[in-house]
Amino acid sequence: MANQQNSEIRYLAPIAVDVKKKKYCRFKKAGIKYIDYKDPNFLLKFVNEQGKILPRRITGTSLKYQRKVAKAIKRARHLSLMPYVADLLK
Amino acid sequence: MVKQYETVFIMTPVLSDEQMKEAVSKFQDYLKKKGAEIVYEDHWGLRKLAYPIQKKSTGFFHLVEFKADTQLLKEFELELKRDERVIRFLTVSLDKYALAYNEKKRKEKEAAKEKEQQES
Repeated sequence: MANQQNSEIRYLAPIAVDVKKKKYCRFKKAGIKYIDYKDPNFLLKFVNEQGKILPRRITGTSLKYQRKVAKAIKRARHLSLMPYVADLLK
Repeated sequence: MVKQYETVFIMTPVLSDEQMKEAVSKFQDYLKKKGAEIVYEDHWGLRKLAYPIQKKSTGFFHLVEFKADTQLLKEFELELKRDERVIRFLTVSLDKYALAYNEKKRKEKEAAKEKEQQES
């Protein structure tokens, strides 16, 4: 409390407070029930440049669909529709 | 138990067109002979592979959707494994969501085809 009272620093411009955008699960939102492993262009959204599967904390996918995404990507890799390892994928 | 499956297999690009068709029809006949019902088929043609398989960078992709007994699947996969022309395959059993998805996709494709015909 004492700290707050003593703070006499004034800012010219209001301090930018990042308003965090709420993440959402795109599958729940769009009502997608099945993730096709035959569509590598769509699955590309869930991997990084090296072809690694992105974690949920970045994509915002719910657990249920993250499992399905992971499975679809792994199937696509087996069929050589997506690379196991790559660089500069995007 | 009868279930619906989907198999994608990749054939070597060294085959000529006829050889490739012959190989495809061989598997079709095999399925039919064993009492499986082929629901849908799609030939994707020559595609680039994301990474080389058996030192080949392209391959013929073929998709078969069929209803078959669980027992038959093992035999069918063995048949694919034995064939030298097939360099990679994947069989997936389809759940209800997958079935709905495939049905929808097929209808869209048909609609697109019809539209094309009308325009031409």
